[in-house]
Amino acid sequence: MSMPYYVSPEQLMQDKAEYAKKGIAKGRSIIAMEYQDGVLLVADNPSTSLFKVSEIYDNIAFSGAGKYSEFENLRKAGIQHADLKGFMYSREDVTARSLANGYSQTLGTIFSQEMKPYEVEILLAQVGEHPGENELFRIAFDGTIFHERSFVAIGGRAEALLAALQKGASEPLMDLHAALNHCVKSLKSVSEQDLQPDGLEVATLDRNRLGRKFRRLLEDEFSSLLS
Amino acid sequence: MNWMNSTPPSYLQSSSFFDHLLQTRPELTPAARWGGSLPNPLSIDDVQRGYLASVTHGTTVLAIKYADGVVIAGDRRATEGYQLAARTMEKVFKTDSHSAMAIAGAAGPCIEMAKLFSIELEHYEKLDGVSLTCVGKANRLGQMVKANLPMVMQGLVVVPLFVGFDFKLGQGRIFKYDVTGGRYEEIDYHSIGSGGKDAKVTIKERYRRMLLEEEAIRLALQALFSAAEEDVGTGGPDMFRRIFPTMKLIDVTGVRDVEESRIASLCDELARTRAKQD
Repeated sequence: MSMPYYVSPEQLMQDKAEYAKKGIAKGRSIIAMEYQDGVLLVADNPSTSLFKVSEIYDNIAFSGAGKYSEFENLRKAGIQHADLKGFMYSREDVTARSLANGYSQTLGTIFSQEMKPYEVEILLAQVGEHPGENELFRIAFDGTIFHERSFVAIGGRAEALLAALQKGASEPLMDLHAALNHCVKSLKSVSEQDLQPDGLEVATLDRNRLGRKFRRLLEDEFSSLLS
Repeated sequence: MNWMNSTPPSYLQSSSFFDHLLQTRPELTPAARWGGSLPNPLSIDDVQRGYLASVTHGTTVLAIKYADGVVIAGDRRATEGYQLAARTMEKVFKTDSHSAMAIAGAAGPCIEMAKLFSIELEHYEKLDGVSLTCVGKANRLGQMVKANLPMVMQGLVVVPLFVGFDFKLGQGRIFKYDVTGGRYEEIDYHSIGSGGKDAKVTIKERYRRMLLEEEAIRLALQALFSAAEEDVGTGGPDMFRRIFPTMKLIDVTGVRDVEESRIASLCDELARTRAKQD
């Protein structure tokens, strides 16, 4: 009779966490940063059709780092959840906080119960009616939620990126031009390759827009903003 | 709350919100409200007894193509039998950036369908990253009308009129439906509702292709005027309370409302010309 292996729960979780971290470390980075009119999202993404940043609801944006198939699944589930909630109640009742909770539960369950954890990190941004009311959430591969202020970064070089963002951060909030340049400068400082505008994905949640606040900036739009 | 347990696997699910609703919360869809079996149709007696009197219908909504796109307009009256249920009902809805629909039939299910359809379009756009084509939207609406068939058996008819801008053809398009979900394209103009026929006659007499925007708006108002004069279910412009028909223009730039002030001054002008005619 063969003896079953015994692996302590600590060891198991540690192995899974290491595995997930390794997967995420390979991914490119994404920044969300508050600016005067809302939230700016900038991703290091050479593809022009496979997006890392996208719209979930009227004032909520989603971004995923790590394994594409996994965060794409989570993105779709989030849109379904948001649209269903908005249909059943009202559009104002859809919040990033409840979505973040949903993601946290989902990722937490997968991390503890599945053989293979998800190699993803999720970022949720919600633009508020006034500058002080924006919400930024980061959800880690094991379901841990972080409620962030001013700016947040996910992906391979997230820690270095946060340090770079911290350096130039200013109060009061920057305008779009300054915020975009600050984000791109920070991305460049942690990236090994040279970052060209065509390797960037830029979107905003702009509170001055009517209805749906999410807007993807086209390359020539944001290249002209880059100094 | 774990979203990953639904079948089929989420990566194979369609991009339709309506399908998602059917799978997860069927009780919220009109189609499943009767437990999947068809209810007994209303008998002629029921109809004669005025069973439906408590449900609002009666309307005129219309769409007319012009050089740059298409105009869609509707009156504001809702009736319950011989009673006036609402003076300021909105029957024309923007469904996404380049399409709109107007509805005739029982008010509750009509508004529900317009709401569901606009979420459907937005949902698809968010999941797939691109909008549906104009024809794609029109077909999808047809399927939703078809799903409403059990309600039609109960007398709760919903008939939409759909307009959208087709980027490939570079023009506006008009689609009408029957209660079974049949979808038919109209080339120049169409009008539905209890006063639809009266409106259509007016449009027919004065319509020509490649109208200017101003002419199309004027023609739409004239047609609504005529319908209101002939049909009790259609409300004319309310000069005392300053309530006027609503109207949207759809062209390459998207959907926009015709400002109320512009409609009001055109209505005043029309009223003066009609007064002279009598």
